[in-house]
Amino acid sequence: MARVVVDVMPKPEILDVQGQAVSRALTRIGVSGIEVRQGKHFELEVDDSVDDETLHRIAGDLLANPVIEDWTVTRV
Amino acid sequence: MSARIGVITFPGTLDDVDAARAVRYAGAEAVPLWHGDHDLQGVDAVVVPGGFSYGDYLRAGAIASLAPIMREVVDGAAKGLPVLGICNGFQILCEAGLLPGALTRNEKLHFVCRDQTLRVENADTAWTSGYAAGEEIVVPVKNAEGRFVAAPDTLAELEGEGRVAFRYVGANPNGSMNDIAGVTSANGRVVGLMPHPEHAIDLLTGPSVQGLGLFTSVLAPAG
Repeated sequence: MARVVVDVMPKPEILDVQGQAVSRALTRIGVSGIEVRQGKHFELEVDDSVDDETLHRIAGDLLANPVIEDWTVTRV
Repeated sequence: MSARIGVITFPGTLDDVDAARAVRYAGAEAVPLWHGDHDLQGVDAVVVPGGFSYGDYLRAGAIASLAPIMREVVDGAAKGLPVLGICNGFQILCEAGLLPGALTRNEKLHFVCRDQTLRVENADTAWTSGYAAGEEIVVPVKNAEGRFVAAPDTLAELEGEGRVAFRYVGANPNGSMNDIAGVTSANGRVVGLMPHPEHAIDLLTGPSVQGLGLFTSVLAPAG
């Protein structure tokens, strides 16, 4: 078994309203100068038979929506 | 024999009962379709109703777009089957690749619930032929993830080909690009919109009866 991490983030040009809300909340705990973008982090336990092509396929077909999100696949 | 229109129910669907009622008000038979079945039961058209299928897990509509019944809907649409997606149904059709773009969190993060004026921009689709182009209708809108987004070239293609089916009139409720409330497929058979025409078919419960036109349009003979 291998451990794989898939990180999914809204594309830079997509307005990330959740990240903006988090950024604004940071000022309420006295922290300024931080801009947050919010995404998703998936941890996959994968069988050794699963190749990289398959990993990228599941990332692009299900874990992320290519219209609005970018993703990275990392074996850890 | 009256036309038979399927209404799909997923776990978490809320508006299948109203959608079925709208189908009956239009004069057709409403056929309940189950998400786990691989069978469209020979229906003449399909409505994918609103709600929170699979709790909006992963992304709104993402899990439902892979349900067994959706494989049949995608195959049917390829053969010209009329498909209407409302709210979560619109999100599902986008996730399934039947319609372009995506629906994202509303600009101000609010769940917006109000009566909304829409303009019918394209009256040549299977679901809008009973309207006049430019006609304005009032139907409820209620969602938190209704902000339509698409890549610039996709947006230009939709506008250039007249594939914006409905546009918000007055204040844009969610920050949708170009005030887009609904779009159609290239062949005009698949339509998706965020507002709820099925809630505007009876003055007892809705702001108008102007939503019924989508359900009567699809019953009109093609041509």
